Amino acid sequence: MAVTKSVLPGGSGRPPSLDNLLEVRDLHTHFHVMDGVVRAVDGVSFAIRPGQTLGVVGESGCGKSVTALTIMRLLDMPPARIGETSEIWFEGRDLLRLSEEEMRHVRGNDIAMIFQEPMTSLNPVFTVGDQIAEAVMQHHAVKRRAAMDKAIDSLKAVGINNPERRVMQYPHELSGGMRQRVMIAMALSCDPKLIIADEPTTALDVTIQAQILELIRTVQDDTGAALMLITHDLGVVAETVHDAIVMYSGRVVETGTVEEVLLAPKHPYTEGLLSSIPSKGKRGARLNVIKGTVPNPLNMPQGCNFAPRCPYRFDACGPHDPRIEDANPPDVACWLYTAAPGHGIPPRVRPRVESEATA
Amino acid sequence: MTERAVPSVEEGTASGAPLAGAEAAPTLVDIRNLVKYYPIHGGVLRRKVGDVKAVDDVSFDVRRGEVFGLVGESGCGKSTLGRTLIRLQPPTGGSASIDGEPIFTKKGADLKRLRRRMQIIFQDPVGSLNPRMPISDIIGEGLLAQADRENGWGNSANRTKRIEDYLEAVGLRRDFTRRYPHEFSGGQRQRIGIARALALDPEFVVCDEPVSALDVSIQSQILNLLLDLRREFNLTYLFIAHNLSVVQYISDRVGVMYLGKIVELAPVEELYENPRHPYTVALLSAVPDSDPRTRKKRIVLRGDVPSPAAPPSGCRFHTRCWLRERLGNPENCVTEEPEFREIKGDHRVACHWAEKVTEGTVEKAAAESVTIDTAEPISAV
Repeated sequence: MAVTKSVLPGGSGRPPSLDNLLEVRDLHTHFHVMDGVVRAVDGVSFAIRPGQTLGVVGESGCGKSVTALTIMRLLDMPPARIGETSEIWFEGRDLLRLSEEEMRHVRGNDIAMIFQEPMTSLNPVFTVGDQIAEAVMQHHAVKRRAAMDKAIDSLKAVGINNPERRVMQYPHELSGGMRQRVMIAMALSCDPKLIIADEPTTALDVTIQAQILELIRTVQDDTGAALMLITHDLGVVAETVHDAIVMYSGRVVETGTVEEVLLAPKHPYTEGLLSSIPSKGKRGARLNVIKGTVPNPLNMPQGCNFAPRCPYRFDACGPHDPRIEDANPPDVACWLYTAAPGHGIPPRVRPRVESEATA
Repeated sequence: MTERAVPSVEEGTASGAPLAGAEAAPTLVDIRNLVKYYPIHGGVLRRKVGDVKAVDDVSFDVRRGEVFGLVGESGCGKSTLGRTLIRLQPPTGGSASIDGEPIFTKKGADLKRLRRRMQIIFQDPVGSLNPRMPISDIIGEGLLAQADRENGWGNSANRTKRIEDYLEAVGLRRDFTRRYPHEFSGGQRQRIGIARALALDPEFVVCDEPVSALDVSIQSQILNLLLDLRREFNLTYLFIAHNLSVVQYISDRVGVMYLGKIVELAPVEELYENPRHPYTVALLSAVPDSDPRTRKKRIVLRGDVPSPAAPPSGCRFHTRCWLRERLGNPENCVTEEPEFREIKGDHRVACHWAEKVTEGTVEKAAAESVTIDTAEPISAV
């Protein structure tokens, strides 16, 4: 397995690696609200290579959607504020430093987004054909007629039969699965290099979810686009992505190939998450739980954010904040694996060092 | 119905394990030919032009002490069934009884007494708690309504004590009574909903998607709690959910619904290991597995669920059935409604061709399963 890790050192100011399509470095997105500052994304770094599928896993409130919206620059600022050292490199340009005009060109054309709720993300008063054609006309100098043809083609590409009739229909005339196909068609209509899918199947039933995941996979094979798949469902991650990052309260806590993360989780949070999923082997036994709840974003604990809920917590966790960048290799943010300041050898010695050397 | 019940007895002793062990427990809730239609009004005069057949002739029994799981996709009628059963809405037809007492014919004081025995836990922990009421009122309202001389719930000190006891039973602090719902997290709110249902001392609890709105780490806390409470208070659950892994974990027997009908019913292990209805097979194969090593053989169903206002003739699943296709589209799937028949002790299935569902056919179907297929129109209603 390639050793390219998804996490990079943050805010270095050096030019982006040519291997990467997208490089997010030390991203901070904070919301200044009446009661204080919510650090929704707090120092997140990762990279996506062309054609790669990266899964972003985490529970509600961990900052995964905000990360996506920041990349697309779709957040209202204020209240959102992005850290000054943060960088988002996409094909040699820092998206955070583009003008609104330039950014509009990137959206849809280079990076497209598929949202969770297909009903609210489609405009109810326009036909689906109009909505796809609008996107096409925004980005290409084509007439309406040609844009409409393109819309029909892209509906066909996502497996909607009778697309000539479908383009004339309004979103309410379609089922949930069909609407999600329309969203995907819209995202594909301008041949993006990166697709960000934010919980694309969460609102759908399993049989429809299977259709949509199959579709996303096929589309990706056909177009060679990279995919950033945001989800809370570890099953979806296991079936769809190559690499995964796990987020917890605004931080990346673990990263690796999907096999590494799901079969040999390192971070106690990932471990807890996996063991709390009900499955057939656990029938009759109590489920493991991660005790407590996600910390209040206005009042983060000192040191490691996960420490108050962590079963392995020890004296290094309270005062010191583990950073994934400090780990070697940088794949987990936990004092069990990295020597904390003033502490000797970390409790879990890493068996992976030889494999790094041979690679 | 014979002794064939698969849950292993050794495991049955662990906490929260199936109580329905070797011999089948006696029936607690018996549902016969339950029908629930919602009228569709149309035209200028708003005349009735049709019916949405949400639940269409469903019969099964829930045994005392068991968790009966009811699964199906959205719109299949599983929640309607649960709500109709405990008389949150009137049935269109059929009958049901709890412990021999008829449910649908009760009126007045009798009905009120009956309601105490059957409670419900809702899906949405936000929408199901009144934001203007403190927790003491949310839980206390039902107690007050059901107060009589025997239980003494009319007395405010008794009531407060009971509210606090139940808050504690669901893992919340006793002094939370004066707080309001917005002060709690989703998992805590769901606990409040559970306390509200259990405070009335029910025997039978309908759990309508109780964990679907929760994150995985909170979900497992609530599932553990539900199983603990079942033991502590001798409860019987009708557990409605669309998440197949959750249902597999918690249920003793499972019914699978499709378009208002139960198409398959079996003990949980039997159903998951040896599904016989082509819909169940496809549904189970669609669940993504969190183990990346197992690439599942998957049968991707075509299109969407047809409209329950105009369900297909014969077998309702025939429009999407992969098995029918493999068998060369036999005529009786379209013309004859399959009988809900027993194919093995305690395993019932509504399919003419259930015997053709074997490992071999499933494997072949999965291998040839068309990946991108056209979604059929939901037939212009």
